[in-house]
Amino acid sequence: MEHYISMFVRAVFIENLALSFFLGMCTFLAVSKKVTTAMGLGVAVIVVLGISVPVSNIVNTYVLSPGSLSWAGFPDADLSFLRFLTFIGIIAALVQILEMTLDKYLPALYNALGIFLPLITVNCAIFGGVLFMVERDYDFTESIVYGVGSGVGWALAIVLLAAVREKLKYADIPDGLRGLGITFISTGLIGLGFMSFSGVSL
Amino acid sequence: MASTKEMKSVLFGPIFANNPIALQILGVCSALAVTSKLENTLVMCIALTFVLVLSNVSISIIRNHIPSSVRIIVQMTIIASLVIVVDQLLKAFAYDIAQELSVFVGLIITNCIVMGRAEAFAMKEKPGMALLDGLGNGLGYSVVLLTVAFFRELFGSGSLFGYQILPLITEGGWYTPVGLLVLPPSAFFIIGGFIWVLRTFRPEQVEAKE
Repeated sequence: MEHYISMFVRAVFIENLALSFFLGMCTFLAVSKKVTTAMGLGVAVIVVLGISVPVSNIVNTYVLSPGSLSWAGFPDADLSFLRFLTFIGIIAALVQILEMTLDKYLPALYNALGIFLPLITVNCAIFGGVLFMVERDYDFTESIVYGVGSGVGWALAIVLLAAVREKLKYADIPDGLRGLGITFISTGLIGLGFMSFSGVSL
Repeated sequence: MASTKEMKSVLFGPIFANNPIALQILGVCSALAVTSKLENTLVMCIALTFVLVLSNVSISIIRNHIPSSVRIIVQMTIIASLVIVVDQLLKAFAYDIAQELSVFVGLIITNCIVMGRAEAFAMKEKPGMALLDGLGNGLGYSVVLLTVAFFRELFGSGSLFGYQILPLITEGGWYTPVGLLVLPPSAFFIIGGFIWVLRTFRPEQVEAKE
């Protein structure tokens, strides 16, 4: 159990997808003008990462890894070169299914998340999370913890940035820095703050 | 055939006037983490430009045959296949760099520049123009990335392309490296500064007050 808790904390704070790996930056910078929208996108990312990382883990273990097709009678098959294509397909399909399910059973949530879901398909944070899972050889339980943890970390980062940007509206910023420039710099400062967690040994 | 002037604007426009990173907020995602060394950055830029040019051209060639309802999936598949090619090539010929770039080569697939150009330009224009557009945007992306990497490597570890330029104090020289520049957040500061400089020279890019 301790192992999983430390993994979760590591995924949220120390190896934050947005602030230390720069993943999902396009949406991170574009959709962080208001705290409420940032929150909606954050929740959507947690859900999609929490589902797609474990699912990709299953597919990777039983279909794509070298020798993993032995249950089907192909012990020599190595399909690992198909990883990128398969994972992108999985993510796109999952987002689509999620969208339809929410639309049918939870229309309130669908209306809140609606516009963000398609955006998430091309969000590098999701794909990055999946690739990190493969690279680090997580097993199934670990991949659930990692998926949810990294999602929470990303959501936390975007909500923090949105809160800072809401306040920045009242600041008198030099012309050339207004908008995107100052957003980059504040993201960097938040990232520095997050780096202080890296001294925490778990 | 388009006029020479138009071709020039398609090719050179994205470098400063309409830079994908500094103005359109596209493609910042995957790339910043690889900018601590110039060598890795250069490989990353070449890989991205390669994918961008080929995806733009191939999507432009079949643009009239793609049904608009499934176009995203078609574009994704083309881009993903090209990235697989790049990834396999890197693993075969530059294994060390491929290890260091790790997941970031794969992340070219979700790089918004590639998707964005495919969607906004290649679906409408002829293959020749799409090629120039891909090249131009690849260059615009590379300019920002190489600038960031130049500052980070030179002042962060005193070297360029791995060659020691400023002798480090730990090895008997005089230069004390700026530790901050090795850390990931420094890339944000440098890009922020890059945007500031760019917009000082091109005041028309300054954003309006909210």
